[in-house]
Amino acid sequence: MNDTAALRDLLLRMADDELIIAHRNSEWTGLGPIMEEDIAFSSIAQDKLGHSLGLYRILESLGGAEPDAVAFGRSEGEFRCCQLVEYPIGGYDFSLMRHFLHDTAELLRYEMLERSSFEPLARLATKIKGEIKYHLFHANTWIAQLGARGSEESHARMQSALNEVFPLALGIFEPSDYETELAAEGIFPGEAALRGKWLETIAVTLEKGTLILPSLDAVTPAYGGRKGYHTEHLKPLLDEMTEVFRIDPSAEW
Amino acid sequence: MYGNLSVIDAQPLDPNQVDDPELLAEFEARIARGEKIEPHDWMPREYRRQLIRMIEQHAHSEIIGALPEGTWITRAPGFRRKMALIAKVQDEIGHGQLLYSAAETLGKSREDMIADLISGKSKYSNVFNYPAETWADTAVIAWLIDAGAIINQVANSKGSYGPYCRALERICQEESFHLKYGYDNVVTLATGTPKQREMVQEALNRWWKPIMHFHGPPDTVSVHTEKLTRWKVKMASNDEMRQEFLNAYVPKIWDLGLTVPDPNLRKNPETGVWEFSDPDWAEFKRVINGDGPCNRERLAVRRMAEEQGRWVREALRKPDMKYVTPLS
Repeated sequence: MNDTAALRDLLLRMADDELIIAHRNSEWTGLGPIMEEDIAFSSIAQDKLGHSLGLYRILESLGGAEPDAVAFGRSEGEFRCCQLVEYPIGGYDFSLMRHFLHDTAELLRYEMLERSSFEPLARLATKIKGEIKYHLFHANTWIAQLGARGSEESHARMQSALNEVFPLALGIFEPSDYETELAAEGIFPGEAALRGKWLETIAVTLEKGTLILPSLDAVTPAYGGRKGYHTEHLKPLLDEMTEVFRIDPSAEW
Repeated sequence: MYGNLSVIDAQPLDPNQVDDPELLAEFEARIARGEKIEPHDWMPREYRRQLIRMIEQHAHSEIIGALPEGTWITRAPGFRRKMALIAKVQDEIGHGQLLYSAAETLGKSREDMIADLISGKSKYSNVFNYPAETWADTAVIAWLIDAGAIINQVANSKGSYGPYCRALERICQEESFHLKYGYDNVVTLATGTPKQREMVQEALNRWWKPIMHFHGPPDTVSVHTEKLTRWKVKMASNDEMRQEFLNAYVPKIWDLGLTVPDPNLRKNPETGVWEFSDPDWAEFKRVINGDGPCNRERLAVRRMAEEQGRWVREALRKPDMKYVTPLS
């Protein structure tokens, strides 16, 4: 059994998700619908960058390259993020719904990982969980406000965003090749278990927002990201993200 | 980040409405004693009008100032810089939020102020009408523009209007971190590879003129502000602030082996005054009147953000809500 490969795969999926969603969230800085939302999305982006850095550091301790080289030096096909995080920010409705669906999964994942047999990850999970709690508080408040207490337009927009984002969000739980090993080793209980908890949890908030989850049977999960198959949005994102770094990757910036 | 009161409201007030001379004398005596004026205190109409104008311009400068640097967040090289730049630009938006609240205590709502920004009726600091062409431009902005802003803001924090002073004290604390970040970034580039050095020198060359414009036109041509000085609305003259800036930062620029693109820049050893070439005040005037490299783009971005976010703001409003002026 190759549990280091399993562990690396898990860490990379998580780290890449955090990096790319942080990058997308940071694009709201200066452009939010109200200034308070600029500030909120900026804060969330900083936290998530920090999470990805923590995960890349664990990867480094397992023999990987240093975090800047991993984040800024890989090509698109080497990324293991889910496709959900790659999409452009779109409107505030799209970004908020993605933030809600992604961060609910994220919080539940780190709650599970707190009990991981791999201690460095368990320790990091406790720290990260404490921060995501606030991200989710933010997301839940807005989902309820714009869904149930806002205007007809805001309700319609959030429902339409949910319909659009739900299949993409299911891509978070794309099974890996290592599900059995990870569960057997007590590292991570598995994507299927996480997905089950996630569906139960999002249902509660969506109900508060009077939003209706599309039927699972009617949608196709956006898989592929975990195997290196990405949407057309990832490459331009990476080109932009690494534009300055690439001027001289060996230089100190 | 904000340079100076670049445009004062020169329209005369209605001559039929004159401030009560007794109240005015009492108001001026309070200011002379160093007391702060608070939102519910009596104040001359002209004081209120010029303060709204000034705080509003300052707030606009913060949120428009977020744009040239903000476009580099997605391109910042490496984790450290990316996190720091997001945090810095976030601070600037936070300053905008604080300042709009301070201006609201004088009776103009944030919505009205933003509407006046977008329509072009109210101004913001001229420097943000210039583009940040490379990563090095963001380093120069964070160091030298923020440094210039601190000089202005520290002076204004000793002014007479309580809510503005308190907002400025907090803003200056945060700006001092921006300055450290900017300086660290410039030092890294100036002591880095030949390419990095070239980048930062070119950025400095591009930004020198806007930096020289930052504190506003020379005192000899700037609008008469005696009353605003007495009322502690305007706390330092444009030339005084520019001299303070040159005195503190030109030596640091030279220490890094960078050059300033003005062959006439020197400190006169006899007078102790910095001398420099005319930084093209005609261009300053042109840009402030809307014809700079980025005026249209900046307002277009702000307008787009406002329009696209309208449905969110409307969804927050309840039918029975009414506007309440914040206290402080």
